[in-house]
Amino acid sequence: MGSWFARSRSIPYLLKRNISFLHANSSCKTLPPYKSPHGFRERPAASILSFRRLESTLAGKQAQAVAYTDDEVDSDADGENQSIEFPGGRVGFTTQMEFISEATDKRVPCYRVLDDDGFPIAGTRFEQLDEETAVKMYKSMVSLQIMDTIFYEAQRQGRLSFYLTSTGEEAINIATAAALSPDDIILPQYREPGILLWRGFSIEEFASQCFGTKDGHGKGRQMPIHYGSKDLNFITVSSPIATQLPQAAGVAYSLKMDGKEACAVAFTGDGGTSEGDFHAAMNFAAVMEAPVLFICRNNGWAISTPVSEQFRSDGVVVKGQAYGIRSIRIDGNDALAVYSAIRAARMMVVREQKPVLVEALTYRVGHHSTSDDSTKYRSVSEIEQWKRTRNPMTRFRNWVQANGWWSDKEETELRGTLRQQVLKAIQIAEKTEKPSLGDLFSDVYDKLPSNLQEQEKSLRQTIKRHKQDFPADVPL
Amino acid sequence: MHRAAPRQRQEHNGEQAVPHRYTDGRVSTQRGGCSNSGSITEEGMHKSSPLNPTLKRSSPNGSTLSRFLFWELYREADMLGVLRREVACQGAHAWGLEQGLRVIASRALSSSAKAMTVRDALNSALDEEMSADPKVFVMGEEVGEYQGAYKITKGLLDKYGPERVLDAPITEAGFAGIGVGAAYYGLRPVIEFMTFNFSMQAIDHIINSAAKSNYMSSGQISVPIVFRGPDGAAAGVGAQHSQCYAAWFGACPGLKVLTPYSSEDARGLLKAAIRDPDPVVFLENELLYGESFPVSAEVLDSSFCLPIGKAKIEREGKDVTITAFSKMVGYALQAGDILAKEGISAEVINLRSIRPLDRAAINASVRKTNRLVTVEEGFPQHGVGAEICASVLEDSFEYLDAAVERISGADVPMPYAANLERMAVPQVEDIVRAAKRTCYRSTALAATA
Repeated sequence: MGSWFARSRSIPYLLKRNISFLHANSSCKTLPPYKSPHGFRERPAASILSFRRLESTLAGKQAQAVAYTDDEVDSDADGENQSIEFPGGRVGFTTQMEFISEATDKRVPCYRVLDDDGFPIAGTRFEQLDEETAVKMYKSMVSLQIMDTIFYEAQRQGRLSFYLTSTGEEAINIATAAALSPDDIILPQYREPGILLWRGFSIEEFASQCFGTKDGHGKGRQMPIHYGSKDLNFITVSSPIATQLPQAAGVAYSLKMDGKEACAVAFTGDGGTSEGDFHAAMNFAAVMEAPVLFICRNNGWAISTPVSEQFRSDGVVVKGQAYGIRSIRIDGNDALAVYSAIRAARMMVVREQKPVLVEALTYRVGHHSTSDDSTKYRSVSEIEQWKRTRNPMTRFRNWVQANGWWSDKEETELRGTLRQQVLKAIQIAEKTEKPSLGDLFSDVYDKLPSNLQEQEKSLRQTIKRHKQDFPADVPL
Repeated sequence: MHRAAPRQRQEHNGEQAVPHRYTDGRVSTQRGGCSNSGSITEEGMHKSSPLNPTLKRSSPNGSTLSRFLFWELYREADMLGVLRREVACQGAHAWGLEQGLRVIASRALSSSAKAMTVRDALNSALDEEMSADPKVFVMGEEVGEYQGAYKITKGLLDKYGPERVLDAPITEAGFAGIGVGAAYYGLRPVIEFMTFNFSMQAIDHIINSAAKSNYMSSGQISVPIVFRGPDGAAAGVGAQHSQCYAAWFGACPGLKVLTPYSSEDARGLLKAAIRDPDPVVFLENELLYGESFPVSAEVLDSSFCLPIGKAKIEREGKDVTITAFSKMVGYALQAGDILAKEGISAEVINLRSIRPLDRAAINASVRKTNRLVTVEEGFPQHGVGAEICASVLEDSFEYLDAAVERISGADVPMPYAANLERMAVPQVEDIVRAAKRTCYRSTALAATA
């Protein structure tokens, strides 16, 4: 494929623990000397206590007194550099009582390749794309955008009951899909239909599911946008938030037991990281060494809850280290950054058989869903700014066109064709028959149980007797 | 009908009455050791036919010895006229050497049936299913190194290794979710909850993911998972460790819910659950783990399996039907003995399966006896008994000679103090009084008599 990270921005760099909580950035208050460990009063936030030398020597001696006899004791005069074997491993001592600050001045930086206008930033390293892949990626992003726009409109016109767009997150959708292998099993949240699109789910199939027709995946059992495809390794969207995370660890564990060269990829939003399942999944995946790639789409909003009310940590990336999981923060609106980072992350996951966390920063341009009007809780100007000036598609398009692989003319043509295709798919899906009566009862269990057989039989008899009362749109 | 006195074996309509030992030491006759499953019929018991001599060994050493000793036992048993049955032969029987030796050791017993605790029954079922299918794995808290919080998974870690017996961190939501994910992929997890009270922390995965996925994905994603663990009241463990969840899980389509009572139930139903492609909630009972039941050779066979959805008539009767599941079956049988002395012949049904509920068996029995008492440990509102009452009213209303009686736990969170706990859980006397009420034998009108 392409060149890889040429400079020292290699794995060791990625591993660098640049989250430095411990030191001098926070304000250091000097306090009056304290008398005993139990006598000190808690100070308000940003409290890094510093002892005077005298007290630290005293504390060090006390520490020496309680050290286990079978420890290697460094002959350091002030009692520093001792360590003790606790359950969980060897831990070094310190005589400085220092609290790890809850906030740092410097947030974890965000990996980015293209600047706001779509030009590669000087000195950046990324996985090079060939023309075919780049064009396919761009076309898929356009398809996703058009599909979202028209389906959303259809819902507004009353033709669909519900829809949920991925506007603003097209880069995450498509670049991730392009960077993974088709064997990787996806456990989506719900804002990742672009992955299905990339893998070959047709517009017609999307429409069939949304309209609940007999052709659709799901036999009309699920509400719209709850796509799934066993063939395309995309587990059906599940409504309860974050349940897919521990399930991904389970899928990954199964892949590991099978020895397959593939991983499980689980998506969540920023809101989903508040669920207990997120904690369980991260913890468990790390302990089990399950090859799962956790991708968090931090788009700033969980319906009306902004991230400032969702968590107080520096986003989601810092949580990785807390679980012993390697993590990275990337610019989710930069298709090349997403592509490169996901490629790298996937390789780590599969080769080292360990979980990795990727936080993709982005912005949810659209409303949460058709049941939401986000202008009620955020400013229209904020939305417009992201839509116009920080559009992931514009940035990528500029880069693709700069390479001479795309033109305005092709753009117009593509959009025209796609629009027609999507409109036609909706028209056909609207008129297609809904699933038949038998689909009400099948698939509850592997085999139709006797009580459901009886119910179906009794229902059909009733229908026969009262044909005129039976609705016309339910095929028998 | 003449009832056999305790401690006597007696030919009764051609069937063996096998002594059943209760935990308090009482012994009474009951039909034990044979099941309604497979090709065993009541008639089949009269035929004597040679057992299939092809024994497949599961351990490489000593098989010849066990085969020889097995035949020794068989001949001896036959001489006693005890072993007369046709065994379902599905290919070769697999006898563990250990089991072979245990059978031999029980030669001293006059009956051919050996005794097995429910704990051993579950352990052996897990062992055999894990041995037969490499996709089966066990996960839960303390199942590995600790050998299981109740020792149900004893020995499995040593035998199958840490990849198939996984000790989980304390996160029910986590390991239930992981199990569901593994089942999505195609493995067959057996997830153990330390008690089903803790399954509440994972209930979303059980209901919204495991139960509904096959339906929502139109058959593409099946979830062949088993959630098992002790359910219902133990002794002196308080409100958060004593609830019975049979009614809650039984309400949810997409799940199968099983409640074994005896060791035979435990073995047969757990094997059926593991082999089933649908998600199964397997509700055991902590106090039954140590209880010993006689098991026949057929039950000990590794291919033994009970059908899901079929209840078992533990005791035939003609005056009143008593339905029960799990530990209450033992109580119902005791009640049956007491009632028998007073001339009331009770038919005790061991439900075995809460979902699907064997409505046909229950209704057939009620149509015979015309009276019904439902017994359960759980809370009364929306309980299993409520469902049975509704079913009987719908299907057999004209056959009822008396109002249906529901015996259930008290409508309070389980208290801790022993005297209060006793009042909060059904006792044998409650069942006896209820049965008498349906027979219009009690003088007091109040249900609290």
